[in-house]
Amino acid sequence: MAVRGAVASRSGLRSALPLLAPAYLWLTVAIFLPLSAMVFFSFMTDLPLSGKPWAFTLGNYAAFFSQGLYLTLLLASLRLGLEVTLWCVVIGYPAAYVLAKVLRGRSREAIFLLVILPFWSNGLVRIFSWAMVLREGGILDTALNAVLPFRINIDLMYSYPAVIIGLVHSYVPYMVLTCYLTLQAIDDSLIEAGRSLGASRLQVLKRVIIPLSMPGLVAGAALIFVPVVGSFMEPRILGGRTGTFYGTVIEDQFVAVFNWPLGAALSFILLAVVLVILAVASPVLRRAA
Amino acid sequence: MRMPRLTALLTATAVFTTALTLAANAAEVHVLNWKGYGADEPWAVAAFEKATGNKVVNDFFNSEQEMLTKIRTNPGLYDVVMINAAFNDQAMSEKLIQPIDISKLPNYADISKDKAGSPMLDHDGKVYGVPWVWGLTALAINEKSFDKPPTSIAEMWDPKHKGRVVIRDDAVEAVQFGAIATGQNINDIKDMDAVKTKLTSLMPQIKTFWSSENDWNQMVASNQIDIGTYWSGSADRAKTHFKLPVSLVIPREGAVAWLDAFSIPVGSKNVEGAQAFINWMIDPKFYVEWVTKVGAPVSANTKAVEALPQDAFNRKVMGDPEVAKRIQFQAPITDAQREAYLALWQQLKVDVK
Repeated sequence: MAVRGAVASRSGLRSALPLLAPAYLWLTVAIFLPLSAMVFFSFMTDLPLSGKPWAFTLGNYAAFFSQGLYLTLLLASLRLGLEVTLWCVVIGYPAAYVLAKVLRGRSREAIFLLVILPFWSNGLVRIFSWAMVLREGGILDTALNAVLPFRINIDLMYSYPAVIIGLVHSYVPYMVLTCYLTLQAIDDSLIEAGRSLGASRLQVLKRVIIPLSMPGLVAGAALIFVPVVGSFMEPRILGGRTGTFYGTVIEDQFVAVFNWPLGAALSFILLAVVLVILAVASPVLRRAA
Repeated sequence: MRMPRLTALLTATAVFTTALTLAANAAEVHVLNWKGYGADEPWAVAAFEKATGNKVVNDFFNSEQEMLTKIRTNPGLYDVVMINAAFNDQAMSEKLIQPIDISKLPNYADISKDKAGSPMLDHDGKVYGVPWVWGLTALAINEKSFDKPPTSIAEMWDPKHKGRVVIRDDAVEAVQFGAIATGQNINDIKDMDAVKTKLTSLMPQIKTFWSSENDWNQMVASNQIDIGTYWSGSADRAKTHFKLPVSLVIPREGAVAWLDAFSIPVGSKNVEGAQAFINWMIDPKFYVEWVTKVGAPVSANTKAVEALPQDAFNRKVMGDPEVAKRIQFQAPITDAQREAYLALWQQLKVDVK
């Protein structure tokens, strides 16, 4: 039996190979090779294609530790990631709950469409449309002053809140989608059982719904936190004077001064820090889930 | 059904490839330049193609470093490349560009002597760059915010413009601007601490860092800024082409001047076409049309500037000998200096957060 089982699984692997090959080939070509090239670059003094002599060095990594500004920026970016994730939970979770448990049929489809809609537009277009809304004399300012009896001055453009608003808008759909999937899987009879056994609505939420939907919350948080920490487009366009973050400094190294080795080293430090955070957080989160 | 479809696909591919090869065989001039900077104006390209039979293929860069990398990594692809004079020396020493036979450029004789003889472009008696246009990184103002234009660079530090000042997100420009504000030579900054202190006190005034003409123009159009650093050619374009209330101010403390020049990369497959294109670009006829239709920096060709109306900004203000005394032309910068400037600039941006 054991031998036959092994043969069967091997032939299963063989027949699965043609199905797996394209995905693995793609991963190798599109992710593994460029990433290894970047690892290689990050240990070099200069790019080989600049025609100048180059050597291996640890200097690019040392630069991170010798200059305080990279650490300051990294902490600022991590804080940005946490804040954006938090806002996404605050906004996305109730929306997902309503979608999964309250709405039915047509109205659910319509709201679902609205949630996914931002994905259909280009990221840059979204950011520039925020620029029109947030600036002084922009849509928000004009609209509020048209309605309110007193005069207020709203100029959120080029500020930290503007960066948060832009990023939350871009990433909240991830939270809605992941939470929706886990919330929808919760059996309604569990909620009814809790209620009939005398739990208040709040207790049901705390003891039944949130624990059961935790995997979705965690997945959504990870999906949002990681890209936001490295984001550069939103801070640069919406942040103005306050828009310098770890991601924008990496972008500068690649685009403005063509110091790819330093840019690559800074990226890998970010990758390492994010992995450490996720590794430290995962037992806690797994227990919670 | 399967075979014919495949055959059709193969035939189509073959035809397409042949067409591409044929196109490549026609006389093409591959030009590398900033986007929207004269050489890609459709009317100019069409007129040049009609006059010489060459086909122009434009490619663009977003920074001088990107331009250098593009010629390094694509030897033989480009025929004409636009290089800021401060980078010409580096391109030449890396053997990226070749000497230009100026006898093939009839318009070269009209280029002002100080530009044509610039030691930044000529090495060992050979010409490696043909001066095209020059301009300033000076100040520009939103006319709605001023009754009369300011004359001093100190206006940027005036508390009444707090939060309505912009500066370009470029380390070298920022540091050189700081050098001018502290009365120093931009190419030989002795007191870096003074520059840093001066720029540190500017940071709280700033609304945002601009990176493209479009950023600047949009902020003026929505009346969000009063004053900021800007390029002379861009200020002219904002006024002429986009009808914005923008005017250029050359502060009495001075301004940073730059010279852009055309070069021919080593390995160019169409040197003749390249020479014809460069000659076309420094021609008075092209220049006058460029200034009138779009707005442009100042031509290095004296006859081209003289062909402008008497009161044209590029002739009256930029040609003023008083202005010439105040401006400082950018000289080459070493990689070490550039990295030091970037470190300073990033530190300033972090400190203001």
